[in-house]
Amino acid sequence: MNQLQLLVKIIPQLLSDGLALGFVYAIVALGYTMVYGILEFINFAHSELFMFGAFVGTEVLLFMQSTGLLPNMSPTIAMMIAIVVATVMSGGLGVAVDRIAYKPVRNAPKLVPFISAIGVSFILQDLVRMFEEAKNGKFYLNAPTLFTNRIAIMPNMVVPEKTLYIVGLCIIIMIALTIFVSKNKWGKAMRAVAQDRETARLMGINVDKVISLTFLIGAGMGGAAGTLFSIQYGSISPYSGFILGMKAFTAAVFGGIGKIPGAMLGGVLLGLIEVFGASFLGALTGGVFGSEYKDVLGFAILILILIFKPSGLLGKPVGEKV
Amino acid sequence: MANLFAKIKADAANYRFKDFSVKDWIQFGLMALVIGAGPLWLLLQPGNSIAFVLFLGSLLCVQKIKLPLWIRGLILVLDLAVVMPLVGLTSGTFARVATMIGIYAILAMGLNIVVGYTGLLNLGYAAFYAVGAYLYAIFASTQANNFMPFGIYPLSGNWFWLFLLLALIVTGFVGFLLGLPVLRLKGDYLAVVTLGFAEIIRLLFNNLSQPINITNGPMGITPIQPPMFFNIKLDQPVHYYVIVLVLLVLTVVVVKNLQNSRIGRAWVAIREDELVARTMGVPVVRMKLLSFSIAAGLAGMMGVVFAAMQSYVDPTSFTFMESIVILCMVILGGTGSIQGVIIGALAVIVLQLQILKDGSNYLTALATAGVLNLPSWLNPAKYERLIFGLILVLMCIFRPNGMIPEKRVLKMKEKLGLNQNAQVESKADAVSKEGI
Repeated sequence: MNQLQLLVKIIPQLLSDGLALGFVYAIVALGYTMVYGILEFINFAHSELFMFGAFVGTEVLLFMQSTGLLPNMSPTIAMMIAIVVATVMSGGLGVAVDRIAYKPVRNAPKLVPFISAIGVSFILQDLVRMFEEAKNGKFYLNAPTLFTNRIAIMPNMVVPEKTLYIVGLCIIIMIALTIFVSKNKWGKAMRAVAQDRETARLMGINVDKVISLTFLIGAGMGGAAGTLFSIQYGSISPYSGFILGMKAFTAAVFGGIGKIPGAMLGGVLLGLIEVFGASFLGALTGGVFGSEYKDVLGFAILILILIFKPSGLLGKPVGEKV
Repeated sequence: MANLFAKIKADAANYRFKDFSVKDWIQFGLMALVIGAGPLWLLLQPGNSIAFVLFLGSLLCVQKIKLPLWIRGLILVLDLAVVMPLVGLTSGTFARVATMIGIYAILAMGLNIVVGYTGLLNLGYAAFYAVGAYLYAIFASTQANNFMPFGIYPLSGNWFWLFLLLALIVTGFVGFLLGLPVLRLKGDYLAVVTLGFAEIIRLLFNNLSQPINITNGPMGITPIQPPMFFNIKLDQPVHYYVIVLVLLVLTVVVVKNLQNSRIGRAWVAIREDELVARTMGVPVVRMKLLSFSIAAGLAGMMGVVFAAMQSYVDPTSFTFMESIVILCMVILGGTGSIQGVIIGALAVIVLQLQILKDGSNYLTALATAGVLNLPSWLNPAKYERLIFGLILVLMCIFRPNGMIPEKRVLKMKEKLGLNQNAQVESKADAVSKEGI
């Protein structure tokens, strides 16, 4: 039991790690859920937009470091610049991907756009890899360290500064998105298209523009999350989007796909489950299953949710339309 | 049998040289040249890789050339059963490539049952392949001694044949078990669950080296016993080629018969409209489970062959990429068509094992000769994913039905009048005949 007691001691630490991971999942999950809500299609390449954003953000930081700007400026501002650039680039790429690879197959049978998305995902992985190898001679990147301080929130809970920034920024992004979708004219149009595309078109909504906007926002958030991810974990490779994307998708399904609050809730919960699972799995099973099974845990949760509650935590079961 | 002869006779009557236009003659001449020259060149120079690619190209031409069915069949049999084994005796590399094509053709046919006929997207097909491979690998190496209470391992290669059957059954059962809860899901959800399942299987094989060492973890299992046939050791590449060729022919016969049976028609009905199929009395769940299990079983069987041929298995052979490569073959060739997916397998494997590899070797040779110094990041062998990605996207946009679409789809399109011009013309004909 000694090991368990030790684990209880690190619970506050796990909580902060879990929240940081969970909020990154939540932001990426939002991208999946928004596109699914409107097109009923899993944008498999979303994880690559996240990865692309991470590379852009990290490259911006590295550029500022190499020109000597970084040490002389506040790390918060440097982080904001990187995030803004990554958001814009990823968002633009998201719209371009939609135009090139998804729009021509929008009316094809359901499997076709999905397969096209898998193709896009592979293309983006290798293009980023090609660019990085040509530029740096290696295909992964290490982000410069921005924040080194650790802040004590509670006597027992010392949290790295960057974790606080990440959680804070993610909450701001989510609040902004919620306000946009519920109050803004375009947000309303988005909800209308999600509800019924044809009727929305008849009501004079430019559906194509709304779809582009959805990709812009979803992919932009993915890019921001990517930058935050590389700041938090320090290293990124062209293939690190895949597993994270799968888990973010799990989070979206967990909360109820198509529901924006669902993605947020699902993301945070999944992050916590994963971090706690990874540390407690070994102790609980007496060392048979160690932390190397944390991905198994994530996928097992996905399968169980889909089997027992396919509509997710916040979703309502939908009958089959005839 | 008489039926078959009648079919051949009727088919032969369709090809008359005097009906050929100039374009037909040019096409015919070029194809005949390839069909004749490919095998001959390869027989004369069994190590020449250009000749090998030409030979494989000639197999494609045989499908397309305007000749009666029996002549085309005869050429195909000669190419596959005589020329290739002869070449394989001297050149092991080509025999291995041909074997890989055969293995993947069977895998693609299996996946085609799920994706093409039944219309369910399975993104974790490599998991079943892995189960079969590990099944044989564990018992045909010293690995099983770690946990089996009885018996002495490795088992001798005579067990290989039994394991082919065993893997078919065991993996089919695994597919059945997975399908039981999962097949209630639709479309994309099913795809993601199968993907998750495949990752779980791979991670399990990767980590089950402790507390009991079952799979030896990331190190993989080696050496694995080669198959034996009445105590003759079959460990040459050409032996595996023959084994795979026999399995391929058997699979084609079985799948072809399934396709035209009640079961196959039920599958297609489910693909086209599940609700209508159920209303018409098709046992939807049972049929889906059957399609899932048969596909899984085929993959497991090929896993055994793969493990025996490589004499080495490790978890990296069964990643998500592997599932996608097989899916790529199905989509590229034409979902739902047997001929199509075999050609898809051929094209993808040749791309992977011949063209990309040769291209990168050629560039390295150029670099060492100092002719052309390409940076290492441009090495074509590194861009497998990029190429498969492009294939998937371009096929989705331009030819969603594949290179050789399923016949049923073509017929249906004709009936539904999707060929708009034809319909307008025939209507105009009808009107003018009635003389309004």
